[in-house]
Amino acid sequence: MKELTVLSGKGGTGKTSLVGAFAVLAENKVMIDCDVDAADLHLILKPEVKETNDFYGLNEYLINRDICIECGKCEELCRFKAIDNFQIDVISCEGCGICFLACPVSAIETKGRICGQWFISKTKYGPLVHAKLGIAQENSGKLVAEVRKAAKKMAQKKGISLVITDGSPGIGCPVIASLSGTDLVLIVTEPTVSGVHDLERILDLCAHFKIKSLVCINKFDLNLKKTREIEELCKERKVEVAGKIDYDPIFTKALIKGMPVVEFSDGETSRRIKTLWENIYEKLNV
Amino acid sequence: MIISIASGKGGTGKTTIATNMAFSLAQKDNCPACEQAGVQLLDCDVEEPNGYIFIKPKVELRETVFLDVPQIDEEKCTHCGECAKVCAYNAIFVADNKVILFPQLCHSCGGCSYFCPQNAISEVGHEIGEIAAGSAYGIEFAYGKLNIGEIVAPPLIKKLKERINEDKVVIIDAPPGTSCPVIEAVKGSDFCLLVTEPTPFGLNDLKLAVEMLKVLKVPFAVLINRWNEEYFEIDSYCNKENIPILIRIPLERKIAEVYSEGSLFSKELPEWQETFCKLFDSIVELSK
Amino acid sequence: MKIAISSTGNDLLSQVDPRFGRCQKFLIFDSETLGFEAVPNEAVNAAGGAGIKAAQLAVDNGAKVVITGSIGPNAFNVLSGAGVQVFAGATRNIQSAIDDYKAGKLQKVNQATNGPGARG
Repeated sequence: MKELTVLSGKGGTGKTSLVGAFAVLAENKVMIDCDVDAADLHLILKPEVKETNDFYGLNEYLINRDICIECGKCEELCRFKAIDNFQIDVISCEGCGICFLACPVSAIETKGRICGQWFISKTKYGPLVHAKLGIAQENSGKLVAEVRKAAKKMAQKKGISLVITDGSPGIGCPVIASLSGTDLVLIVTEPTVSGVHDLERILDLCAHFKIKSLVCINKFDLNLKKTREIEELCKERKVEVAGKIDYDPIFTKALIKGMPVVEFSDGETSRRIKTLWENIYEKLNV
Repeated sequence: MIISIASGKGGTGKTTIATNMAFSLAQKDNCPACEQAGVQLLDCDVEEPNGYIFIKPKVELRETVFLDVPQIDEEKCTHCGECAKVCAYNAIFVADNKVILFPQLCHSCGGCSYFCPQNAISEVGHEIGEIAAGSAYGIEFAYGKLNIGEIVAPPLIKKLKERINEDKVVIIDAPPGTSCPVIEAVKGSDFCLLVTEPTPFGLNDLKLAVEMLKVLKVPFAVLINRWNEEYFEIDSYCNKENIPILIRIPLERKIAEVYSEGSLFSKELPEWQETFCKLFDSIVELSK
Repeated sequence: MKIAISSTGNDLLSQVDPRFGRCQKFLIFDSETLGFEAVPNEAVNAAGGAGIKAAQLAVDNGAKVVITGSIGPNAFNVLSGAGVQVFAGATRNIQSAIDDYKAGKLQKVNQATNGPGARG
C-alpha cells in the first residue's frame, strides 16, 4: 500500500481543492482528511457518514468543593495558571494531573474527555476517513494518527493500494503526525514571499524525517519571478516541480458549487491537474 | 487594547490584515492617538511566521526560548519509576538501570521533579525556538519561530506574549485553526477580528472560529477578504448569528500581486490606510 | 522468560494487535511455565507518547521479548535501551505468533518499522 500526503505549510494555496480533484482522478483509493482543525475536504466530497467514533484526549480535572479544604496546594503547583479561586479553567488546563496527584484530601476528580470525533464515510469517489476536533481542544496530532490508522486498516482489509491524505497546515504536531510513514509528500505552494518561506520550512521538515517530496506551484502566473525562485529552490534541494497551475478563478467557482475542479470544468486548469496527477501516480509506483 | 486577528482556516489573509492594520495605525497623519500610544504587532503564528516578510523589521533582539524539561541525577535515581507514572505526556521511560527522556513530548508541568521521592530530578532548558524583535514603520514588531521537529507551540507563544504592553495598541496575528496554539494566542484579547473568505471553506471554518471565541468569551466581528459578489452565505450566517461584518476587501489581482511581492498593500495603495483606521475605530466602539 | 505480545483479546487464540503503542492489550506469556496473563494497555488512549507508555508497561511486567505488528521509533528505542528484543510482522493469533517466534520465523527488529513518533 502506498500513501501520498499533500501539505502546504501556509493555508490558502489550494491544497484541499487539489486533493478533491485527485479524489476524482485516482482509482481504488481511500481518502483521508488530516486537516482536523479545519477539515474542509468533506465540503467537496460530500460524504455519507457510516461510522462515528469518539476520540478521547487528556483527562479533565474538577475540584469537588465539598471536599476541598482550600489549602491552595494545587494552585501553587499548577504551572499553567489554570487554577484560580479553587476552580480549574478547562481551557488553560493542559491535563498534567499534578493537582489531582498532589491534593492532600483527594478533592480533585478526573474523567476522560471526549475532544473530537472521527468518521468513516462513503463518497461518490470512494471511502473517506475524516475527523472533527472539538473547539478549544488539543491533541490534534493524536487524532491525526488515529484517523490515518483507521484508513490504512480499511485499505488493507479491502485490498486498496493507495491512500491520499489531505495534511494539516503548519509544521507542528498534527503535520508531523500526518507525515509519519508516508511514501510521498506533495507540497502545494504559491509564488508569494510567504509561500516560498513556508515551502522552505516544509522541505526542511521532510528532509528532517527523510521523506521524499514533490512540489506543485499553484497560481504560478500570479508572480513569474517568484515562480522562478521556487523552481531554483527546488533544483537546489533536488526536489522535482511536478506541476504548475494557473491563477484560475475556476477553483473558487468549483468550490462555491461544492464540486471537485476537474468535474466542474474540463478547461486548461483541469488538464494541468490531470497531468500533475499522472506524474505523481508514476512517482508513487503503486 | 489587544486585538487578535484569527481565522479558522489558513490562507484567508490574516497576516495581510494584521500587518496592514498595524502599518496604517502607526502612520502619524492617520491616527495621532494610535501613533502616540504606539503600535505593537506580535506574530504568534510560530509554526509559519510570515509577518516579518511584510514588516521587514530591523531585528534588534533575538532570544532563544527554552522549555524546562527534566534532568535526572543518576547518582540519586533508584529507578523506582514514579516519574514515568506521573507524566501525563509519557515523556519519561524508566528501565531497571536507566531513564530515557523525551524532551519533545514534555509540557514542563514539573510533576516528575515534584513527585520524585529521591529528589533526583532537576530541570534544564530545552530549546524550542526563538523570538525576534525589532521595529519598522513605527511598529514595534516581534515574532516567534518554532524549531523544526518541535511540536509544542503554546509555550513559545506564551513567551512572546510576555512582550505585550497593554497601554499600546497591540495587534496579535494568531495561528490558523481552533486548537491549542490559537487559544494561547487569542486568550486575553479585548477583541478578535475573524478573517474569512467568501467560499464554503471560509464559511465552514468561520463557524468553528466563532464557536471557539464563544468559549473564550472574547468579543468578535468578521472581515471578509477577497470579496466578490458570488457567494453570500457568509452574510446570511452572520446576519442570523448577529455577528457584525466590519469590512470587505475585494478580490483584486493588484492586492494579490502586492502581497506576492511581500509588500504591504496599504503602503502601495495608500487609500486603504483610512479604511484600516476606520476598522480600528469600529473595533474600539464594539469592544466597549 | 516473559514475552509481551500486543493483543486484541485475552487468550492465546486472540488476534495479534498490529499496533504496538495503541494495542488493546498485552498478553504476557511465560515461556517457562507456559502461563499467560492479559494486561490492558493504559496507553491506548494516551494523548501522546503512547509507544513509550506501552513499552513501560511491557518492561514493568518483566518482558524480555516483545512481539507485535509494527513499532515506532520511540518505543523501539526505549525497549532496546532496556535490553528488550523486539520482533515485528506478527499477523495471526497469539499462539501462532509465539510458535513462529520459537521457530525463528519472526523478523527481529533492528530499527523502527514505522515513521517518526514523538507526536504530541
